[in-house]
Order: sequence, then C-alpha cells, then structure tokens
Amino acid sequence: MYRYDAYDSQLVGERVAQFRDQVQRRLDGALSEDEFRPLRLLNGLYLQLHAYMLRVAIPYGTLSSEQMRMLAHIARRYDKGYGHFTTRQNIQFNWTKLEEAPDILTDLAKVEMHAIQTSGNTIRNTTADPFAGVAADEIEDPRITCEIIRQWSTLHPEFSFLPRKFKIAVTGAYEDRAAVRVHDIGLAMQRNEAGEVGFEVMVGGGQGRTPMIAKTIRDFLPKDQLLSYLEAILRVYNLAGRRDNKYKARIKILVHELGTEVFRDQVEAEWEQLRDAGPNLDSAEVERIAAFFDPPSYEPAETSGYNAKLFEDHAFSDWARTNVARHKQSGYAIVSVSLKPEGEAPGDATAEQMDAMAEFAERYSLGEIRVTHEQNLVLPYVRQSDLYALWQGLRTQGLSTANIGLISDIIACPGLDYCGLATTRSIPVAQRISRLFANLDRQHDIGELRLKISGCINACGHHHVGHIGILGVDRKGEEYYQITLGGRADENAAIGKIIGPAFSSDNVVDAIETLVNIYLEQRYDGERFVDTYERIGQSPFKEALYDAR
Amino acid sequence: MTQQAVTANLLGDGRVAFLTWDGDWSDNVADSHIATSDEESEWLLETAQRAVAAQVAVDPYLIEIDASSGSAWPVQRREQIRAAGPTGTINTLSDASVDGLKRVA
Ligand code: SF4
Repeated sequence: MYRYDAYDSQLVGERVAQFRDQVQRRLDGALSEDEFRPLRLLNGLYLQLHAYMLRVAIPYGTLSSEQMRMLAHIARRYDKGYGHFTTRQNIQFNWTKLEEAPDILTDLAKVEMHAIQTSGNTIRNTTADPFAGVAADEIEDPRITCEIIRQWSTLHPEFSFLPRKFKIAVTGAYEDRAAVRVHDIGLAMQRNEAGEVGFEVMVGGGQGRTPMIAKTIRDFLPKDQLLSYLEAILRVYNLAGRRDNKYKARIKILVHELGTEVFRDQVEAEWEQLRDAGPNLDSAEVERIAAFFDPPSYEPAETSGYNAKLFEDHAFSDWARTNVARHKQSGYAIVSVSLKPEGEAPGDATAEQMDAMAEFAERYSLGEIRVTHEQNLVLPYVRQSDLYALWQGLRTQGLSTANIGLISDIIACPGLDYCGLATTRSIPVAQRISRLFANLDRQHDIGELRLKISGCINACGHHHVGHIGILGVDRKGEEYYQITLGGRADENAAIGKIIGPAFSSDNVVDAIETLVNIYLEQRYDGERFVDTYERIGQSPFKEALYDAR
Repeated sequence: MTQQAVTANLLGDGRVAFLTWDGDWSDNVADSHIATSDEESEWLLETAQRAVAAQVAVDPYLIEIDASSGSAWPVQRREQIRAAGPTGTINTLSDASVDGLKRVA
C-alpha cells in the first residue's frame, strides 16, 4: 500500500489545522454560513437532512486494517455506530457534529486519511478495479496510476474550481469492474502491438439526468504521457465547459455538444503544447510509487482442505460460488464480503463489523481491504486453505451473505432517508426487494442480476447502468419508481431503457418479481437476465408488467 | 392558510430542530410553535433568523404542519423523515442476516 511521505503528511496536517480554525470562526460567528459552506464542503462536510455528513476519501478503495479500525472508531466515537460505503469507494458518516469535525479529521490524519476533494467542483477520489493487483486478467495494478493521479490532482490549483465535479476511474484488467465507461474520464489499460502498456482514454461518460457512455478519444496513450494528456483534457473542459447551467456543466455535455471529433482535436492540440513541458513524471518517481504496490511474497499453494470443504458444506460452497473470485496467484483467492445482508441498508457497516473486517484482514489478507463501487468489501489476499475459517468468522458478524452479483446485492443511494437532494427513498425499496428474494437458492437460480436504485435523478445509485434500474420520482407528494432495463456498467456498458409508466411504492417490488419471472420463463441455458433481455427485447417484459393492469 | 412551523438544523451538532413557543429549539416537532396566519409565520421566521445571527441555527425555513390529531406533524414526507429519523434500519447483526440460517428448507 502507498504510505504518506513528508509532503503528504504536511499537506494533510496543515489542512486539518486550517479547518479547525475555520470551524472555530464559524462557531464564534466570525464566518457566516454563506462564507463557511464552501470551506466545509472542501473538507467533505455536508449538512444533510438530519445532521452533518462527513465523506471520507478512500483512495482507489484501498484500506489497511489500521485504517479500517480508525473508521470503526470514528463510527463509534463520533457517529451512531455505523458508516455507509458509497459508490465512489468512499465512506460517509451520517451523524457527525460540526464541533467535532476537526477532531475526526485529526484522527483520520493519524492513519493517513482525509476528506479533501470529496466534495466541490474538483477532481474527486479516483476509483479503481477493487481486484487491482490480484485479478487474474490484469495487465498491471491500476492503483499505481491512481496514486499518480491522486498526487497530481490533490489541490491542483488550476483544477480546484472546475465547471462541475470530475470523476476518473481506472482499470488494469479486461473485465471492467470499475465502471470506467460511466465516468468523466475512464482509463482502461491496454497493450499495444509492441507490447508496451498504455491506456484507452474514454471521456464524457456519466449518469445523472443525462446519462452517457464515454467516448474513446485515444485508443492508446503511452503510460508515461498520462498526466500531460489528463491535463490537456481538463484544460479544454475547464475553459469550454459550461458554467451558466449546472445541469449542463459536466464534461459529458461538452463532449456531446462539440462532438467527439472536435473535442478530441482540441485535446490533442492542447496536448501538443503540453506533452514535453507538462507534468509527466520521471521514471524514478513512477518506480518509487510503483514499489508500494509490489506483489507480496506469496506462500506455496495448499488447496486440498478447501476443496474438501466445498464438497462437505453446501452453504460454504454457495458462498464460494458467488463471493470468491479467481486470484492471479494459484492457491490464493479474492473474497468479496457482502454488505447486503437480507433486509438491511446496502453498504452500511457497523463499527463492530469494521473492527471484525480489520481483524480478518490481518489474519487472512495481509492486512488489506478494498471497498467496491458496488458497496461491498474485498479481502484480496486470502489463502484458499484459510477460506473456510474466514467464512465461519464472517458468519459470526453477519458478513457472510452469499449474494455477490445476485439480485439482493443491490446498489442503493442513501435517498430520502438521509440525502438533502432526494425526492424519494431508496433504502426501504432495496430492503423490501432483498426480503422478497431472501431465499438464497432462488437467488442462485436467478443468477447474476445487477439491480440499482437511485432516490433522485442525480443517479448516485447508478440505476442507469443496472440490469434492472429503479429511479424514485415524486408524483404530487407520492413516491413512484420508474424502472429501466438493460443497463450495464461493464466493458459493454449501456444505458438502460425506461420500460413504461412508473410504479407506486406499493407495487414496485411486485413489478421486479414479474420481470424476474419473465426472465426465468424465457431464458436459455446459461443466460443471465441481461442476456435474455438483450435477446428478446423489452416487449415480453412490458406486456407482463402493463397488460394485466 | 395551512398551519406552519419553523425548522432548521442546529449549527454545532447539525441536528434537526423546531422553533418552540418560547423561542427555543426542540428536537420534537410536537413542541413546535404553530403559526396560523401569514403574519405569525413571518414573525416565526424572523425569530429564527435571530438564532441564525446568534450562531444557534442554520438555514431555517417554514414547513406545513398538520395538527388535526392534536399533535403537530409535518405534512411533507421529507419533513416527516427529518422529524422522525431514517425509515430503514441499519445492519443489526441479527441471526436472520446470517446466510446459513435463512435458507428455506
Ligand atoms: S441519487 Fe439523489 S437521492 Fe440518491 S444520493 Fe444522489 S442526490 Fe441523494
């Protein structure tokens, strides 16, 4: 894992001291709310429905056990004993106090964490494949790139007041587990014909009220040119992006209005000016950063005990089927830990669960944990021979739900239960769906089905790219839910299509069951929900939903 | 006119609060001072603005209130959730959330 150097520590330390002073001046009345609001947002502190919400950055979703323990401490000491892992691989604490915010940031700084640039029109936390460094299909660990971007973008003076927030995602693998095509910039590592490593550069993806799939503006960008190219993109956007209308201010609108070709030409022209004089790192610095992500020394494989348990224990083998992924090192496994137990709020974890995850990470995963954009956790370095013991430990903490990728592994934004911008609730809908499909045998029979729920058109719950997406809409004070089908966030990313009129809160869960039943009736062997949908189209689903009404 | 009350968040801890009869703040919507005329609503907001100036409250605004049951309760869902807290539960570590126990035989 990356460790702070003296610059990082100084920067974060000074920022905490500065914010402590700003908070004190706000509490004393020297700063008005209008003056203070942008300052607190620069430090990730929002005023939400019930209280101040602090969003803490988890760079590219990687946490040490020590950091996880600190998050547990913060949940316990400053919050109501839990935190919410987000679709940006961050964590939000929903019940913090302004008076205590500087102390929270001080505690975070002790474990090399902060909340800088988790809000505002800045470059936000760069997200990555949660299987980075261990995926079997990976070219190179994308976290090296993410860390380089983090250092470049942190307090970048030119990009601190962009037209709108800006999100970058990186994957080093063929399979896209980082949803790179729905980000402002998506970087997918590639090898060219000469075997050199670089990136396919995609720009202008995003969700919100105008969902778009990112356009490729460069098939191959040499790795060592990355920062100058990113700087060129950001410059074009910073100058030409709209500031007159916040709904048209994201880079996706600029790319759409200019057209991909024109946008690309402008970036390339800017890059010509920058590429030699720009901010590209020298190889020694890249190597220094890369060394933090060197693979660990793996031990010889021992798999016989694991294989025996798979035969002996049905519940364990079900869990292994969905929650254990292939590791690049034989004898090891990647374990996804579901934060979607039946009937609970997706992505929430209690302080006790966080402490337990820290303990499991130390015992079984070289002290490292990942946060996924699907609001789950990952233990990336588990020996196969330890899987059964780990699973038994997870069971004692309510962390062993065998549903990764299944219908109850729902992404849901906080919605109207917490969010000041929401129009409807998301969490109770997710909880009802989760309860309806609680039977794991049924879920496993249904197979992979990505269901995502947003409480308003801002689409933080990624509903546009759910195989089934649910968007909450307010109809004269009543909660209604619009369903989209056929979205995908993977390497074949697609925006889902609205199936028809929205459903009332009472009817939406039944509607989901109807859709699943149509899929079960119509599927061919081996087809997932989205495959069947793509083969048969909307009509059968639509007829089942609306004809009987 | 509909009945109204004033709500805000408290500056220091951010908690939801309702302006009371004595110009103080309560976390219980039932303690709200209910305005029954435009003038009274205006007066309530002015009182709240003084609390803003005194670094007690942030962003006060009027909400519609239904007091027909004898106790004040917000009309809008958003305000009901602010008054009562989130409607979903948090992870409870209940036995029911352990996968092995919830399998239907
Ligand atoms: S989608 Fe809307 S309701 Fe959900 S978190 Fe985002 S802004 Fe809030």
